[in-house]
Amino acid sequence: MATTKTPDTLLRILDYSTRADPYPLYAELRETPVALQGDGSYVISTYRELTDILHNPHLSSDVRNLSHPVEAFERSGTPAFINLDPPEHDRLRRMAMRHFGPPHTPGLVAGLEPDLTATVGSLIDDFVGKEQIDIVDDFAYPFPVTVICHLLGVPREDEPRFHLWVNAIIDSIDYNPKTDPKEKLTNGQQATTDLREFLGGLVEQRHGRPGDDLLSRLANDDGPDGRMTDDEIVATANLLLIAGHETTVNLIANGMLTLLRHPQVLRRLRDEPGLVVRLVEELLRYEPPVHIIPWRASYSDITVADTTIPKGSRIILMPASGSRDPNRFHDPDRFDPDRRDNQHLGFGSGIHLCFGGPLARRETQIALNELVRRLDRPRLVADPPPYRRSPVLRGPIHLHIEQGDG
Amino acid sequence: MRIVVDLSRCEGYAQCAFLAPDAFRMHGEEALMYDPNPDDARRDQVLRAAAACPVQAILVDRLEGRDVLAERSKS
Amino acid sequence: MTGADILRAFKRDGRIVVVGASLAGLRAAEALRDEGFTGSLTMIGDELGEPYDRPPLSKQVLTGWVPADGTKLPRRRDIDAEWLLGVPASGLDLATDHVRLADGREVPFDRVLIATGVRARPWFVESEAALDGVFVVRTREHAEGLQRALAAGPSRVLVIGAGFTGSEIASICRERNIPVTVAELAPGPLVGALGAMIGEIAADMQRAHGVDLRCGVKVTRLEGDEQGRFRRAHFDDGTTIDADVAVVALGGIRNTEWLRDSGLAVGVWGIACDTGCRALDLNGLITDNIFVAGDVARCPNPIYEYRLISLEHWANAVEQAEVAAHNMVSGQADRWPHLSIPLFWSIQFGVNIKSVGVPTFADEVVVVQGSVTDRRFVAAYGYRGRVTAAVSFNNAKWLDHYRQLIETAAPFPPPCPTPDQPADMKPVPVDFPGPTLLAQGATVVVTGHDPSERRVTSVQRHR
Ligand SMILES: Cc1cc2nc3c(=O)[nH]c(=O)nc-3n(C[C@H](O)[C@H](O)[C@H](O)COP(=O)(O)OP(=O)(O)OC[C@H]3O[C@@H](n4cnc5c(N)ncnc54)[C@H](O)[C@@H]3O)c2cc1C
Ligand code: HEM
Ligand code: SF4
Repeated sequence: MATTKTPDTLLRILDYSTRADPYPLYAELRETPVALQGDGSYVISTYRELTDILHNPHLSSDVRNLSHPVEAFERSGTPAFINLDPPEHDRLRRMAMRHFGPPHTPGLVAGLEPDLTATVGSLIDDFVGKEQIDIVDDFAYPFPVTVICHLLGVPREDEPRFHLWVNAIIDSIDYNPKTDPKEKLTNGQQATTDLREFLGGLVEQRHGRPGDDLLSRLANDDGPDGRMTDDEIVATANLLLIAGHETTVNLIANGMLTLLRHPQVLRRLRDEPGLVVRLVEELLRYEPPVHIIPWRASYSDITVADTTIPKGSRIILMPASGSRDPNRFHDPDRFDPDRRDNQHLGFGSGIHLCFGGPLARRETQIALNELVRRLDRPRLVADPPPYRRSPVLRGPIHLHIEQGDG
Repeated sequence: MRIVVDLSRCEGYAQCAFLAPDAFRMHGEEALMYDPNPDDARRDQVLRAAAACPVQAILVDRLEGRDVLAERSKS
Repeated sequence: MTGADILRAFKRDGRIVVVGASLAGLRAAEALRDEGFTGSLTMIGDELGEPYDRPPLSKQVLTGWVPADGTKLPRRRDIDAEWLLGVPASGLDLATDHVRLADGREVPFDRVLIATGVRARPWFVESEAALDGVFVVRTREHAEGLQRALAAGPSRVLVIGAGFTGSEIASICRERNIPVTVAELAPGPLVGALGAMIGEIAADMQRAHGVDLRCGVKVTRLEGDEQGRFRRAHFDDGTTIDADVAVVALGGIRNTEWLRDSGLAVGVWGIACDTGCRALDLNGLITDNIFVAGDVARCPNPIYEYRLISLEHWANAVEQAEVAAHNMVSGQADRWPHLSIPLFWSIQFGVNIKSVGVPTFADEVVVVQGSVTDRRFVAAYGYRGRVTAAVSFNNAKWLDHYRQLIETAAPFPPPCPTPDQPADMKPVPVDFPGPTLLAQGATVVVTGHDPSERRVTSVQRHR
């Protein structure tokens, strides 16, 4: 029987004090692949069970299928496709994909390369002579947001407002009614409303004025599935912004941190830029941005590893634990940029597999290549660095480094 | 360079078609058609595509253009 | 010398011969070297040139995108082999452990792997098959010829047989905007492999793409002009059709003739072997040093009541090659059984069709997810109340779940609803044209994840 009550491991993982190194707790969690919690939710932490359940059609991403609503998920407005099930999920994802990738727009991400390189280059130009740099604030944060705003067609001058909204929203994802001030939730909900309203305004402007950006295309294009409603466009744009934001920041920051902790790999990467391809995959396994996928529900009774999860239960997935499962990966706690057998869960799996994975990969590959090429003998100032609060999207809030003779 | 995709593993995630659009093309929503012998000039792109495949279905030649038949051929 | 010593000596300097230098042969050779076999390795193949991949031949190659000689298989490693190419093997002598070649040479072995695959079934009248414009597709030369004929802009192509290959070719013709007629004896395309319900869906799909699909008819004669060029086909209902290309897609013939006098259990369905890929002789005895893999193998599968199953699937060739190679250089206790659930894909009319399991081993079928009208769905197949196969149209991301249902002998129809379940989920009879499989037997489930630990255990039958 795989289920036992091990409520406190998850609570310790959620506790901020363990943020810098949750991996030993994941190992503890994996002793019970499917762990029933005190509140009736189930935590899944082993690789095989995670991949199985991510391919299980009885699993729902629509929180309306939870028999006990979770406050942190309460949002007004049309849900985006990350929180919908087929056929709606598939339809909306397909309609968004028409303007972002294959088969309809296959060359977009590959074609962004010169832009990405230029953006990275100019950010680095700004701090190249400085002795003290915060990789997060000076680089990892502004980079992806510039890219996604540009893709969507959000005016540059509105970016600062964006940051504030996105921060408040992400901060509220892991709202816990027992330990967190109610404010944390209401701020997030307010930010969602404001951001949606703002995006709605942009969409309205775009009608009848087709341009090159994603918002205009969504607002004007009639594909085989018809056109999205304005609410759907807003929900989708909102999703792209949030899903593509903090995640990429964390991957770049985790990447730099990991390189600074493995100086021989950093040196190798400088001499051998092609190494970055496998290295980024290894980062997605070893120090991924998404540690927890918190919003699954069982649509009907589901059996995983001999445990039957009743319909309507909340299922919490721990992909970062699965990617460190010794039953799947050889020597999983070792950072090995040459790893070949690396089917990690960094972008999830199944129908909700990250929509922006190719973009995130190129962003991170270019960012790390350029950082190691241009920084002069970079060194960590504090190890571990200070972390963000979130156990869901985990990463340093600042990553101070010194370079040169400083 | 030579590649083969194990299409029985492929789940149509199209990650390859994003990263190396000349070598990998989606035929409809989910069906992948690829060039088993893409130009060496595309090598970087193809390696990125192979590394990104979520089900690791893309096999890239590990002998890199050596004349493999000439090994010890007697025929 | 102990058994372990003998095995070690064999791995160090034994002689392994692989007959059939294509997908299964090459992958087995690579696996043998991976397993640490350092002895001599001989690859015998009747085709010239390096091993190449066949599935693109009816897809990327026929569209004109990829040249026919551009599908050479990538290598996983160096195999340090001696290649004897361009000459077929003509016999196998079990008494003296020799492979005979058609040019009279004899190649001795300690262990041999037979991977001679399948060839295309030719049109049954030789003189008609020889007409200019009549094609089959199995080799790269075939594909090259057909692609040239398509590029010339034929007035119409006739495809005889609407199995997977025939349907794929029809799809390419439509993509190239070439008028195409498909003739099929069964009531619909793919019926032989996937049953009547999917056949109906496939028929709609073909017609929606402008294929002139004629089911329940038989082509009786191919007619040529004075120059020996194909011009017209006659059907058994008295009608005719004018076309200048005919593609005969009537399945394959297993390349086993060279083994006729070998004493092995050889028949039209291939060479019988055990789950460890060891060949059986005519008396049903398992041989010690003769192994079989790929399209030419006929292997029992416990999930399907230990029936001998012949597959023409790419993934099966790869997996059997690996199991065979492992067992060729392993002692009794370390051998692996080949217990994989069959997996297949086909790309046609912009749809990714995949199947898992053995759809012909079923009595009922039901659409469990998605929408047939959108051609995005999963259908599950059941036999006596358990799931035995599933097919997806543009819904491949779910298929692995059905593989698990098959491995665990899960009940059919699957009882629990999914969010994308069709409103009317009613199983219908599968309706295969051939004899259905109605024997009873044990139900087993597969346990373990790695090749080394996968085994079956018997369970109580459902219902
Ligand atoms: C056009 C086409 C499309 C396909 N599409 C798909 C698909 O979409 N999905 C899928 O799963 N599968 C597909 N397949 C099937 C797949 O290609 C086969 O399953 C696979 O090639 C089997 O490999 P094999 O090595 O067992 O046999 P083969 O590839 O047939 O190789 C056997 C080799 O042995 C040689 N040989 C035969 N007799 C002798 C002899 N006496 N001496 C020496 N050599 C000999 C043959 O010439 C050949 O080179 C397709 C096949 C074709 C032809
Ligand atoms: C390193 C950076 C990123 C990581 C680690 C990441 C990770 C993930 C993960 C794990 C999921 C699955 C969620 C689930 O199963 O519920 C997901 C979904 C998603 N991601 Fe990302 N992501 C990243 C970057 C991006 C970017 C740049 C974008 C946008 C351009 C993006 C857009 C999305 C969307 C839209 C979904 C929902 C997909 C769906 O439900 O079908 N992501 N991401
Ligand atoms: S990335 Fe992998 S799974 Fe996706 S289409 Fe390409 S080969 Fe298939």
